[in-house]
Amino acid sequence: MNSLIRVLAVMRKEFLQMSRDRLTFGMIVGIPLIQLLLFGYAINTDVRNLSGAYVDEADTHLSRQLVADITASQVLVMKQRVASVTELQQLLDRGEISIGVAVPIDFDRRVIARERPAVQLLVDGADPIILGVAQQLAALPLRFDSQEAQPDRAPLMEVRNFYNPERRSAVNIVPGLIGVILTMTMVLFTAVAIVREKERGNLELLINTPIKTPELMLGKIFPYILIGLIQLALILTLGWYFFEVPIRGSLLHVLAAAMVFIAANLSLGLLVSTVASTQFQAMQMTFFFFLPSILISGFMFPFDGMPIVAQNIAEALPLTHFNRLVRGIILRGAEIQTMLDELLALVIFMVVTLTLAILRFKKRLD
Amino acid sequence: MNQKQIAITASGLTMKFGSLVAVDNVDLEIEKGTIYGFLGPNGSGKSTTIRMLCGLLTPSAGSATVMGMDTRKESESLKQRIGYMTQRFSLYEDLSVGENLKFISEIYAVPRRQRRKRVEELLDVFSLSDRVKQRSGTLSGGQKQRLALACATLHKPEILFLDEPTSAVDPQNRRDFWEALFELAEQGTTILVSTHYMDEAARCHSLAILDEGAKVADGSPRELGESITAHVVEIEAEDPNSARLCLLKEDSISSITQLGIKLRVMLPKSVDDPLALVDAKLEQAELKAKTEQVFPDLEDIFVAVTQKRREDES
Repeated sequence: MNSLIRVLAVMRKEFLQMSRDRLTFGMIVGIPLIQLLLFGYAINTDVRNLSGAYVDEADTHLSRQLVADITASQVLVMKQRVASVTELQQLLDRGEISIGVAVPIDFDRRVIARERPAVQLLVDGADPIILGVAQQLAALPLRFDSQEAQPDRAPLMEVRNFYNPERRSAVNIVPGLIGVILTMTMVLFTAVAIVREKERGNLELLINTPIKTPELMLGKIFPYILIGLIQLALILTLGWYFFEVPIRGSLLHVLAAAMVFIAANLSLGLLVSTVASTQFQAMQMTFFFFLPSILISGFMFPFDGMPIVAQNIAEALPLTHFNRLVRGIILRGAEIQTMLDELLALVIFMVVTLTLAILRFKKRLD
Repeated sequence: MNQKQIAITASGLTMKFGSLVAVDNVDLEIEKGTIYGFLGPNGSGKSTTIRMLCGLLTPSAGSATVMGMDTRKESESLKQRIGYMTQRFSLYEDLSVGENLKFISEIYAVPRRQRRKRVEELLDVFSLSDRVKQRSGTLSGGQKQRLALACATLHKPEILFLDEPTSAVDPQNRRDFWEALFELAEQGTTILVSTHYMDEAARCHSLAILDEGAKVADGSPRELGESITAHVVEIEAEDPNSARLCLLKEDSISSITQLGIKLRVMLPKSVDDPLALVDAKLEQAELKAKTEQVFPDLEDIFVAVTQKRREDES
């Protein structure tokens, strides 16, 4: 009974402080809003409108049609037409274009003969995504109207796009962002909430009262779970409104996955707070954890494409498991029961960090 | 037999931070219902000793009991019975006076029905009633300190630890504060207070003088004065500066302090007639002065005991 009174007292105090700290209050809403809009619009793996230039030495009906076809694909925006391949290369060197199209003087003959490639694409291959785009361009069909159609060979493989037929990156990014935003805010908020009390000297008073460590920790965690859920609702609503991200699975399952994930991050925040002695240190540690989470959790790059070492590290990050869960539920309409091992991984992470945090937090100053 | 009741004992209490000995083999015996002072300069180990007695720090060696409870093993159950006021204001500055008191009353699990009554009582006693809604961060030094004391005494602790409670407070507020302390002591609370103000130390029932972590003397202010191994002569000279320079040459004088136009001179007990010695010196230099042997005050005691310790060491 006394325990309950104390936990409630800490919670109430936490809410009061939060409502008075305008910066924190702003961050609760601001971080999801800004990140969602920024990442949602900016991260785009479906590349369009790359800058390009071309040299057309043939200048025939067919070569002009080729340039028109490329432009029509919207992949390249032809910034200028130059006189020679050398000039094209200079543009590429200066970084003014990503792809240059070189049409040789004997273009028509090459198209008819089909012995050698008819057109050369000069590509800034430093960015693999651009290289990929160039490879797609290379598959563009072109022939004279009068030319005999090539024997109709069916392609070896056919692509069927599940879950995201319009190939919009936002569909993949937005659910991923739920985890990214929650990681950032949840770890940081809890870590800072306790370290702040250390810095301001409040903790010296608190540890001299009969409050027990778990009571203090629970009282500190609960308000932030609520904030995490507010953020979740915000991201889902905004994602649906701005990016038309559908929620194919059950909202209840999303909620369940998010709760476990939030709890895991909060325990990590508590652990950070027992190690850091200033808010600045807490922030640094959070980012030390946050960056790899963004990069190797499968949020940015496909998980299976990473080296095994990176994959193994990523398995230890809660964001990796949450991304699988939330993308599964939201995009593929999966049932949470089919991904229990991901959920289990989150629970294990939470139990380990929370235990460490409680063990490390001593009601003593030494 | 009327045996005095002991609230706090310590034996061989020692705290080391690496190679630094912050508290060195301190023995204590503090009587119930008294105000006990720790007098010492900054860094003399006052705060560390208090923190060990509260169970916030684990002593490197030695042991202490507070209300008969071992501070190492029973620090958690002890917390309900002690109050602690930190050196720095440690309540929530972004909460109001009333909210802070309410929070503390809940943390100490004061029964719901008594909570409001107790808070109002404290607001009244510490004249904070008109500040209930004010954020505690915007209070003045004296108000903050009253709030801190109110919070520390909210659960009616048997022992109150105050770590330099008046360092940020003006003299009038200090006086009021001490009045409040005496009232608490009268009601049976044992109070342990650390300070570096001599006048505050003089108000304590008894005190310990700490220097570089060691207890160099203890007793009531009166006892300390009697036990002092030095004579104190007060000189009112027309030209205090020349008098000072003249007396500095005398080897048997252990210290000279100037207080306005007065000089306070300390001589070891081995000197038989300190007054005659000082008079003779001043006459030699043809300086006019009124001299008088006085009862040593706490500052004299402090200087004498710390000096003695340094001499013993070297």
